[in-house]
Amino acid sequence: MDLRFGDGKPTDEERAAVDALLGPPESSWEGADRDGMRAGDLRWARGGREARDRRDQLLPGLHAVNDRVGWISEGALDYLCRRLTVPPSEAYGVATFYAMFSVRPRPATVLHVCTDLACAAAGAGALCAGIESRLGPGSGVSVERSPCLGLCERAPAALAIRAGEPVRTAVSAPATVDSAVLAASAPDAAPEEPAAAMAVPQAGDPSLTLLRRVGAVDPASLDDYRAHGGYAALRRAFALGPAGVIREVTDSGLLGRGGAAFPTGRKWQATASQPDRPHYLVCNADESEPGTFKDRVIMEGDPYALVEAMTIAAYATGAHRGYLYLRGEYPRALHRMRHAIDRARARGLLGDDVLGQGYAFDIEIRRGAGAYICGEETALFNSIEGYRGEPRSKPPFPVEKGLFGKPTVENNVETLVNVLPVLTMGAPAYAAIGTGRSTGPKLFCVSGSVGRPGIYELPFGATLGELLELAEVRDGLRAVLLGGAAGGFVRADELDIPLTFEGTRQAGATLGSGVVMAFDDTVPLPRLLLRIAQFFRDESCGQCVPCRVGTVRQEEALTRMVERTGSGAAGDIALLREVGSAMRDASICGLGQTAWNAVESAIDRLGAYE
Amino acid sequence: MTVTPLGIPRRLLEFTLDGEPVRAPEGSTILDACRAAGKDIPTLCEGDTLTPKNACRVCVVEVEGSRTLVPACSRRAEPGMEVRTGTERARHSRKVVLELLASSVDLSTTPRAAEWIKEYEAKPDRFGPDAARVDEEPRVDNDLYVRDYGKCILCYKCVDACGDQWQNSFAISVAGRGFDARIAVEHDGPLTESACVYCGNCIEVCPTGALSFKSEFDMRAAGTWNEAAQTRTTTVCAYCGVGCNLTLHVQDNEIVKVSSPHDNPVTHGNLCIKGRFGYQHVQNRD
Repeated sequence: MDLRFGDGKPTDEERAAVDALLGPPESSWEGADRDGMRAGDLRWARGGREARDRRDQLLPGLHAVNDRVGWISEGALDYLCRRLTVPPSEAYGVATFYAMFSVRPRPATVLHVCTDLACAAAGAGALCAGIESRLGPGSGVSVERSPCLGLCERAPAALAIRAGEPVRTAVSAPATVDSAVLAASAPDAAPEEPAAAMAVPQAGDPSLTLLRRVGAVDPASLDDYRAHGGYAALRRAFALGPAGVIREVTDSGLLGRGGAAFPTGRKWQATASQPDRPHYLVCNADESEPGTFKDRVIMEGDPYALVEAMTIAAYATGAHRGYLYLRGEYPRALHRMRHAIDRARARGLLGDDVLGQGYAFDIEIRRGAGAYICGEETALFNSIEGYRGEPRSKPPFPVEKGLFGKPTVENNVETLVNVLPVLTMGAPAYAAIGTGRSTGPKLFCVSGSVGRPGIYELPFGATLGELLELAEVRDGLRAVLLGGAAGGFVRADELDIPLTFEGTRQAGATLGSGVVMAFDDTVPLPRLLLRIAQFFRDESCGQCVPCRVGTVRQEEALTRMVERTGSGAAGDIALLREVGSAMRDASICGLGQTAWNAVESAIDRLGAYE
Repeated sequence: MTVTPLGIPRRLLEFTLDGEPVRAPEGSTILDACRAAGKDIPTLCEGDTLTPKNACRVCVVEVEGSRTLVPACSRRAEPGMEVRTGTERARHSRKVVLELLASSVDLSTTPRAAEWIKEYEAKPDRFGPDAARVDEEPRVDNDLYVRDYGKCILCYKCVDACGDQWQNSFAISVAGRGFDARIAVEHDGPLTESACVYCGNCIEVCPTGALSFKSEFDMRAAGTWNEAAQTRTTTVCAYCGVGCNLTLHVQDNEIVKVSSPHDNPVTHGNLCIKGRFGYQHVQNRD
């Protein structure tokens, strides 16, 4: 490589932010002061493999600058590139890929106001207008309309991020104009968020399995976690050995909870048996599906459970390094997980010798930066590696060539946390929960027009109606969105659908990520569908044509249809069907393939434009 | 005439293509097999000298057992595979992809685009007059070549050719996201302030004419560009001792652009700034 770096100079602050992450530069070749040139500098240059190996520090580096200054200048980007030997054009491509970064100057404080489904139904439009009129130009706050912030149980929501050392954040949910403006203007003075257990209406119910510790345990205390049964599963895992753990997980019938419902045991087995080394474990905590917030609640309320579960997964699959890819919009989850990982390491539960068993494993947290697509497993690998978060084409599959081209097992938070009861209660007892094909407990994120929104845990097989009754659904229910924006709508008279993978499939719906969003008849359906289309248009990575242009054409048609019904909409519906089927068939990844699901179901099942 | 090395022999594998049993060398793609069998599958982002990016999705075919269609350009043929190239489903996706492309960018200089649009009965106009387009002014910031992103289909070929597949200059990348994604150099600045070394290998691989010689761009603007009246002569570059092949495109006794044969086993169609752009001295007639 013969890289050319620009002449842009970082400010002292930008340089300090990058150096805090990477350490001071060793030579003038990588950005150190030329006057203080070290002996040998003239003959020595960092380069080759050694430098390229640090490419994965690009995303943390961009975060470092963005956190300190609020945006990423040419000088800062050039300096980061010099430090990492990354071509500036590629780093520019990465920096402009993520919604939370800006390459143009902007105020140090950014207020993200969620305008997605649950928040829109709870009046986010008026909230935005109110905030914008209060925080006029010159307020030092940039107000940005944001996709789902994962705070649906407390809609409408706003998240303030103030750049500086350290960066400060404040969440306001449910937000009023006053509370959101306070969060933005004085993040340190904003009131503390309610405890994670407030998102679990069933908290304290002894029948809970996955959520049993949320609210009962101190999320900061490792001792308290152990007092509540923590680390029993890891001990059992060490007793069983890696093959034994995989056997238990396979026998439990655990299916991945991220949306694809792939058998977890089979994925682990496939990774474990790869001869290529090293193996990696990736925990997908990039929960960005509109309406989903279960991973956040687990990470905020029971963080050690995820640390323990990741350790078990890594042990079973032969990985010694795990990455927790955590959504950039989850400051409290980041804080709690960081603390839990540090504590576990300090106590010998992570590190060179986990539990004195001679097994080495450690977890590194990587923050996303605002890109729904990075929840797609291969896009997530690219993101960690410091490339644009574009999905890779499969095959090869991650179990063979995943992160850094090595065998990788990737599971989402809920899937991993299920491994704990599998090991503590044993595969047969676990498999006895739920139905024959969908085993175990399942988390549902209920929001919208219900009296008690939040995370619910039910054994597979409960019906949609039972769940909604538990959540105290309000009168006048018109439709339920199942599985999030990539899922589909069902009618109010279809509440007997059993909540299992096979039951929803049979009903022509999907469980997806466990979203159950209720909409009553006051919600204008065409506007809701338009919002879904806008979401996909904004979140398409742009790599393949069916998705890049198709999502735009879908949004245009739905914009035309906001005021039209019947024969006036027929032409656009036909157009949507044709474009939608090509997107489903020809897109590279799940984003494009599912972008038309919800709209199609609303047309076919709800008669949205009749 | 360049000599193409035969390479090491490869075992043949058998699979079914449109109901007919075919044999293809191990490692070949479905597209290779289709071409060997005389089937014409449209492709845009596929390049003969580059690893397929499979971003355009016009070459999709149906493979038995696959939930979605698969890109023929990058999916390797496997023994026993059943591939169908002309099904209703595959043709529908190709048609829509062509419509989506033609409605969003200018395909007037894309070879074969008009032919495929006709063949698949694509109607790019049906998204209405207000359909979003990539309407950008051509960027003319140097004397050698022009970037006209209004014609760019984001095939990534220029990125790959400039990056680790050939030139290793890494001057070009994709910036932004979704419909707003654009090919760009660092900080989206002018080419002259970028890492570009003007090898022109990106022009060589561009399938749409979004990247073109300034000479071609100016002649098109003046209405004097006439490919039918051009002759092509392949010769050897005289600048250094490597011996790269140059193909001189000559119109009215003037060199109007320079390309390079892709089947040359040494250069694979790549040149340096001198071979690609240093031709003015040939026609200096003072």
